[in-house]
Amino acid sequence: MSLRLELIGIGKQYPAVKANDDISLRVKAGEIHAVLGENGAGKSTLMKIIYGAVKPDEGQMRWNGQPVQVASPAAARALGISMVYQHFSLFDTLTVAQNVWLGLDKGLALPAVTARITQVAAGYGLDVQPERPVHTLSVGERQRVEIVRALLTEPKLLILDEPTSVLTPQAVDKLFTVLRRLAAEGTSILYISHKLDEIRALCHHCTVLRGGKVTGEVDPTQESNASLSRLMIGAEPPQLTHAARAAGPVVLQVQGLTLAPTDPFGVALDGVALEVRAGEIVGMAGVSGNGQQELLAALSGEDPRAPAGSIRLFGQDIARQSPRRRRREGLHFVPEERLGRGAVPTMSLAENTLLTRTAGVGAFGWLRTRTVEALAARVIARFQVKAGGAGAAARSLSGGNLQKFIVGREIDAAPRLLIVAQPTWGVDVGAAALIRGELLALRDAGCAILVISEELDELFEISDRLLVIAKGRVSPALPVAEATVERIGTWMSGLWPGAAATEGGTHAAA
Amino acid sequence: MLRLEPRAAPSQAMTVASPLIALALTALVAVVIFAGLGTDPLAGLQVIFIEPLSTRRQISEVLLKATPLIVIALGLAVCYRANVWNIGAEGQFLLGCLGGGAVALWLTTQGIVLPKAVGVPLVLLGGMLGGMLWAALVALLRDRFNANEILVSLMLVYVAQQVANALVFGPWKDPQGFNMPQSALFHSSLLLPPLLERTRLHVGFLLALVLAVVATLFLFRSFRGFQLQVGGLAPAAARYAGFSARASLWTALLVSGGLAGLAGAMEVAGPIRQVTPYLSTGLGFTAIIVCFVGRLHPLGIVGAGVLLSLMLIGGELAQSRLGLPNAMASVLQGLLLLILLACDTFIHQRLRLTRSRARPA
Amino acid sequence: MNETALLINTALASGTTLALAALGLLINERAGVLNLGAEGMMLVAAVAGFATALLTGSDTLGFVAAAAAGAALAAVFGLLVIFLNTNQYATGLALSLFGYGFSAFVGVSMVGKSLSPRQQYAMPVLSDLPFVGPAFFSHHAMVYVAMALTAAVAWFFYRTRAGLLLRAIGENPEPAHALGYPVRLIRLAAVCAGGALCGLAGAYVSLVTAPLWVEGLTAGRGWIALALTVFATWRPARALLGAYLFGGVTVLQLSLQAEGVQISSHLLTMLPYVATIVVLAVISRNAAFIRLNMPASLGRPFRPGS
Repeated sequence: MSLRLELIGIGKQYPAVKANDDISLRVKAGEIHAVLGENGAGKSTLMKIIYGAVKPDEGQMRWNGQPVQVASPAAARALGISMVYQHFSLFDTLTVAQNVWLGLDKGLALPAVTARITQVAAGYGLDVQPERPVHTLSVGERQRVEIVRALLTEPKLLILDEPTSVLTPQAVDKLFTVLRRLAAEGTSILYISHKLDEIRALCHHCTVLRGGKVTGEVDPTQESNASLSRLMIGAEPPQLTHAARAAGPVVLQVQGLTLAPTDPFGVALDGVALEVRAGEIVGMAGVSGNGQQELLAALSGEDPRAPAGSIRLFGQDIARQSPRRRRREGLHFVPEERLGRGAVPTMSLAENTLLTRTAGVGAFGWLRTRTVEALAARVIARFQVKAGGAGAAARSLSGGNLQKFIVGREIDAAPRLLIVAQPTWGVDVGAAALIRGELLALRDAGCAILVISEELDELFEISDRLLVIAKGRVSPALPVAEATVERIGTWMSGLWPGAAATEGGTHAAA
Repeated sequence: MLRLEPRAAPSQAMTVASPLIALALTALVAVVIFAGLGTDPLAGLQVIFIEPLSTRRQISEVLLKATPLIVIALGLAVCYRANVWNIGAEGQFLLGCLGGGAVALWLTTQGIVLPKAVGVPLVLLGGMLGGMLWAALVALLRDRFNANEILVSLMLVYVAQQVANALVFGPWKDPQGFNMPQSALFHSSLLLPPLLERTRLHVGFLLALVLAVVATLFLFRSFRGFQLQVGGLAPAAARYAGFSARASLWTALLVSGGLAGLAGAMEVAGPIRQVTPYLSTGLGFTAIIVCFVGRLHPLGIVGAGVLLSLMLIGGELAQSRLGLPNAMASVLQGLLLLILLACDTFIHQRLRLTRSRARPA
Repeated sequence: MNETALLINTALASGTTLALAALGLLINERAGVLNLGAEGMMLVAAVAGFATALLTGSDTLGFVAAAAAGAALAAVFGLLVIFLNTNQYATGLALSLFGYGFSAFVGVSMVGKSLSPRQQYAMPVLSDLPFVGPAFFSHHAMVYVAMALTAAVAWFFYRTRAGLLLRAIGENPEPAHALGYPVRLIRLAAVCAGGALCGLAGAYVSLVTAPLWVEGLTAGRGWIALALTVFATWRPARALLGAYLFGGVTVLQLSLQAEGVQISSHLLTMLPYVATIVVLAVISRNAAFIRLNMPASLGRPFRPGS
């Protein structure tokens, strides 16, 4: 029984929180080991420690039985530890080959690297073209580049951080095939995730983290979702009541929305058409990078260039209206980015209400501080936001609490149409449940809601109808009862009935 | 190992202490320079920092020089908080001198004598318009052509200096001035009323204080001011909110141009009383330092304006009394800003001593 | 001397300062750091170079001292903005203001002094060739150094892995940090190299173009160099060309005055600055084009571990 990696008593303290507290981990050679935990449980910090990007305050690490100090990512790579990141590790403006080249320590010339990439990719059945600039790649393709880059270092331990959040269900299966093959060849794999089904399908062993501590070390194939959930959050996954409801009149109508991107690396929208009715939640699935950002900017008014008549609210053409005008008509919007877009980080929660709520603005633009503070306090109370009062700076809140505040601020405005992007990304399970519950309540009260999310489970849970965005086009809508994960997964590759077969097919959606 | 860690919340203590620490360190450097130049350090510090506050007359001079610094810096604070980097205040100030001077010269040469309550505001208005025009050029180039406002505003300073020279050596030269490059003296009805007898201090100083209060209300209690600040702190949030970036750009530049122009008019309608080739003394650049030392806050700017005026006058005194080069004051000012920026980092960050290796279990 | 040859000669000679400074700023900006302190660095370097040449009688030592002074100031700037994360605009401005005052202060005793008489710069044999001789081969050594450095930097950027890494860091430092590269040290190195080049540019003015010292000698060339990097869309060869074009504008100024054309001398003095504004307007107009070419992380602070 050879332990490839062993962590004993690892601890790491940050100013506000103890991210890792007396953590032990045991990974054998050739084992696929899951690290399960909800957002904020300390998984990322632990991986950064293993990978050498962060130094632990306490504890010891052993590699193949020998104690080691991993002082830097380069040292980790030298040991044979390789990491496949979730974000932020490829240079957009360089080609695949150039990116991989910069990621290698050996003194190879570029042509040699290119040849190796082709060789390794072919060997594992991964489709990667070395000459493509990275910004032309979809998120799934970028992940393949990351994996090939990791494989080129011939790793003994491969760490994958939430790898499937950017993949269609079919692509997930392909990934699992590659991982099982690697494990069979003797590579150990650390698989970080909060997706219970995947862990039970793929992994041999699982360490569960909660609040920075280990709450269990189990064999996931012997566990159920419920038991894993109990270890992960201390309770069963919260149930939401989603009663069927007849939808009301059409609130949002989008037709013929064709828009060239402002960003040279953006996605063009091509004849987008969709409808959202009062009292229903329409869920939009899609892998990141398929036009969601561009569509949202057009709907919110941040991009005022939509063709006239392409966006109608209660029949009125709002395509060229500013965000403030749209809010006056009842359209509210929760953006994907919280700090920096949904809220100004250094301003207080009270001040941040002024971004989208005008109750505090008096005659001649005089700001009514008491009104603004009261509004913030109301949102904080109703949405259980843990913060140091209405005067707390937005950036002092945790991700989940800030998201509760932002969603709360928009729901509190009693909108007639609410558009929400990635409502629970990076948010802990409790806050996520509250947010989803509030969205359902808002829908029951008659609001029309459009939710764009990369989490299929979430969309299936709260939507009445589903549609998919791929390559700047939007599919027809499907009632949730008729939708299956496989079917939506296929659609996410752009293959829905009636999709024009104009694209050459060289650029996959995922 | 020393690491810099972000703080959970900005340190109140450091926000107040930072300028004081920076000032102390600058004084320390001054002492070193004095010693190096063979001057008694204590005498040097005394001349620069204490002497200008010793007599009633001296204090009035400090406040007099502080007036344009404060007014210009107030405008710059609005600009910088909106993330519009106007560094051509010197040029806008000059155009203010020219604008105010144009009105004053016209009235003087036409022999029109107006009551003070009308004439003086007209001159000041002329200055404001001149400064606004110059700043509008910057706004236009950024709005229409996406041209960087830092470089454009600065280039316009050099252009403004030549425009002023062309006028003063040319059409505005006083026919009775013995061919000296200067304009005619303005009629006394157009000069700012004095504030303190037997000194040169005029009501401009009071106006500066009033403007500081107005600026505070604008920035922190008005919606337009709020929009400007959001645009500066988080442009994506401003877009999300629907705040017009274009409106903020023009507001910021017109306000700062107008205020710089007002300061210029106050100079020519004050102690100087005419247009000369020597109007551009770097007040526009010193005002940038005043703005930062004052934490981009109108009330802090009043204090910082007085402080930097003190240093400028102290520098002049040091030159005449101790034979120190006049440039000394501008070295100390530049140094003050650099040290202040370094000290300011500790408002949001904190030094920590950390162990670089994990303890073996 | 042939008119055109003279024109080219003067354009090259007076453009060299801008070429060196723009090249230095380009290296900075390609790494993602915007240094508004160019003018201040150039002034301090100019006075340092002048003082050294005055003391030692050697131009070469003067240039070396200037490069060192530029690099030292740049290092201070780099430590502040890269390691302490101070605001890049404010710190650069502060550096310029400080440099202005400091150079005036240090140079007070040297105003009006002159260096040993300058000899005619001519390369043996080559300068006797018709047309190309006077145009290209009758310059101070620094002119050729500027051209050689431009070529070297271009080669570094586009043909070496280190240059690729530098450019990549300027686009986005996060991936580089994730891969374990010392992003901040690399940026500091770029800033210091840029400072040294700005130093050479400053000394060129006080040792060759002028050659003398007065307060504010460089007359805004540091700022014009900043504009040049935009004009050159951050490419070394284009920066060199742009610098010579600007040198040509200065020539225009001088030759118009020499011809006795009836334009106010004030208008002529304005010419380079107005030209800069026009150039900036024209080149920046296409925002998408600029965004495509500009190093994406320019001016933004980098906080590792955030």
